[in-house]
Order: sequence, then C-alpha cells, then structure tokens
Amino acid sequence: MIKDLFYFIVFPGMVFSVLIGGILSWSDRKITARVQFRKGPPFLQPFYDIGKLFYKETILPKYGAKITFLAAPVFALFSATLANVLILLPSFFPNSGFKGDLIVIFYLLAIPSVSYIIGALASGNPIGAIGASREMKLIISYEFAFILALAAIVVKTDMSVTLSDILAKQQVSGANIGSISGIILFIVILFVIQAKLAFVPFDMSEAEAELAHGIFIEYSGSAYAIIKMARYVMLFALPSLLVTLLLGGFRMEGPGILWSILKIILVLLLITLLRNTNPRVKINQAMRFFFIWMSISALFAIGLSTINL
Amino acid sequence: MFHFGGASCNNCDIEILDCLTPKYDLERFGIQLIGSIRHADVLLVSGSINRKGRERLIELYNQAPKPLLVVAFGACGCTGGIFADGIPFAGPVDKIIPVDAYIPGCPPKPEAILAGIIKLTNK
Repeated sequence: MIKDLFYFIVFPGMVFSVLIGGILSWSDRKITARVQFRKGPPFLQPFYDIGKLFYKETILPKYGAKITFLAAPVFALFSATLANVLILLPSFFPNSGFKGDLIVIFYLLAIPSVSYIIGALASGNPIGAIGASREMKLIISYEFAFILALAAIVVKTDMSVTLSDILAKQQVSGANIGSISGIILFIVILFVIQAKLAFVPFDMSEAEAELAHGIFIEYSGSAYAIIKMARYVMLFALPSLLVTLLLGGFRMEGPGILWSILKIILVLLLITLLRNTNPRVKINQAMRFFFIWMSISALFAIGLSTINL
Repeated sequence: MFHFGGASCNNCDIEILDCLTPKYDLERFGIQLIGSIRHADVLLVSGSINRKGRERLIELYNQAPKPLLVVAFGACGCTGGIFADGIPFAGPVDKIIPVDAYIPGCPPKPEAILAGIIKLTNK
C-alpha cells in the first residue's frame, strides 16, 4: 500500500511527472521560440508560472456550478498522473503492471479532456461552452483512430493487452517501428497525441485568437495551476506511451538512460515542429482527417500486422 | 499580459506587437500575450479612455484575479495626450483604476516598453 502511494505521489507519479513535464513544456516553448528566431523563455519558467498561479486569487463564476468547476481540474490531474504511472512502471520495474493495463491507460488518458469539457460547461461561460463542444467533437474523432492503433499493436504482440508483454516482445524481436505497419502506426499516434494535447493544428478548442483559451477561459489562480500541471503531465505521458508502444520503451541502466532521453526528445521535437509548421484546421476538417485518413491507416496497419509486416 | 485597447489610434498597439517579434522577444522574460483576463498578471491599457470605455475598463479590472499590475501605456494612457480636452474623454487611466507603471511616449519605443516591463518585474 505504501509502495503504491510512493509510486503515485513521488516516483514515477505526481512529483516526477510534473517535474519532467515542466521541463518538456519549457523545451516545447524554447523550440517554438527558436523556430521563430526568438530567444525563448528561461529554463525555470514553467515552474515560475505554477508558483505564481498558486499565489493568485481564484475567481469562481457567478452563474456556474462551483464545485464541479473546481473538481474538474483535480480529476484531470489525478487521471493523467495515474495513466503516467501505469505507462512508466513496466519500463522502470519489469513485470509490474497487470493484465489489461493498456485498456485502463486508454480510458485514463481520455479523462483529462472529458473533465476539461465538464469544467468549461460548469463555468457558465458561452465561449467556454463553444470550446467544450469543439473539444467533444475532437474527442469523438480521434479516439476511434487511437483505439484502432492500439488494437494494431495488440495484434503485433500476439493478442496481449499488457504493457509489459509489449515491452518484452520488443526486446526480443526489435522495436515495433521497424516494420511498415509500425511506421504507419507511429504517424497515426503522433497525430492523435497532437489532438489530445490540443496543439496546433488541432487546438480549435482553446484557439487563443477566436475563443480566448476556450475551455480554460474562466479558470484562474490555483485551479488554473492544477490544469497547467495536468497538461504538463499529459505532455510527458503521451510521448512516453508512444515510446513504450513503438520505440522499444525506456531502459534505466547504462547507456539505456541516454537512449531513453533521446527517444522522448525526438517525439517532442516532432510534436513541436508539427505544431509550428501548421495552421489551425477547422473542426470538420479535423473530423474528416481522423475519421477517414487516420482510421483507414490504422485499419491498414492492423491488416499488415496480421501478416507480420 | 492582457492588452486592453481603449480608443487607441493603433500606433501603440503596433509597438506592442513589435515587442513580441524576434528582435525584442518579450518571452525571454517569460511574458506572453494571452486572450483571457482570468489568466492575466499585467493589464496593459493603451489609448485614451472615453466614457464608454471607462465602464468596460472598470469591469475588466474587477474580473481580473488579484494581485494584478496595471500599466498605463503611451501618452494617451498616462495623461490623455492630445485628447485630454476632448468631450468624451473620461480621464487618464490612473483616475479610473490604480496604476503601477507608466510607459510614456507617442508611441513608446520598444526599448522603452522593455525597460518599463523589466522595472515592473524587478519590483
């Protein structure tokens, strides 16, 4: 019990994930700045932001459900952290995890977006409601492609839905990306990550220019700090899920540490470059993109996986 | 940082955008232009404030989470500038809400804006 609590709160749970997520968020902002030929923020900026927000006043909406409004960020942070713990444990401690944890991770990764929607609708702000409806459409479109991609990986691992089996399989016969279906799955999951993190080109739910941060518009002070922390954790959890599923996972001994860091930086670099080189698409374009192109690609990858390509 | 444009002639606004460009880059001090007043730490008020704008400005100030820093920007924001004798003019910014820093100029140079911002962050 105490061991589980340690896993959840300290390592690889809340403290560790927020720390690494903050560093990843800094590198995301720094890469963005360098792409635009700017200098970029100082290294500790994400942590300054969080500290500052905890120190500020939290304003509750007058015409809104206050308890739901405040509970939504907490749910987001806890489920994102739990998902991250389940993703990272099999890499750090072999043979941990349980049968079917891939499915649990899939559901846990959906909860942050859902709780942002609930929080935005509870705020009673019409702009927040527009953001929430866009986020809802986005979830409907990308989750289908995401579960198909996960199914393809399950097919590759002899129908096992356990993360440690997927890692063990990759250690025996090479990383999953070393095949045609693996490359297709990498592209599909990369776009799904982009949508889950609400980065450009799929940031229509928060769209600074038109919706003024959409779903987060009413949040301030500590509630917004918790949302930021949840977003940092997601920025760490989703690339590490991609690394675990397709790039052979993390290894925590000798030169393996360096490789692990390089893998996660590679995925982050791809996400950030995608974000900086694309305009925001409309919601119907995003739905068409995921429903038609990404789902068909994932189905194609499932077909290739059954014949071991 | 949240930008409230009063009845500005757009010149100050363009100078603010200059600060976000590669040459001056406000983000190296961790400052970003954001869209919602709920996330703001600094309220930047540019342009002369007229009678209609006055109510909006007070409303905005009340909606922002405290502690909040207010910057009166440009000659119009600080004193009223050439509009000080106008009929719709509702007073310079510091007559309406408490102001922490003044950045004068018509428009202020980006260097002046950076100097003002750095003085404010060191405060």
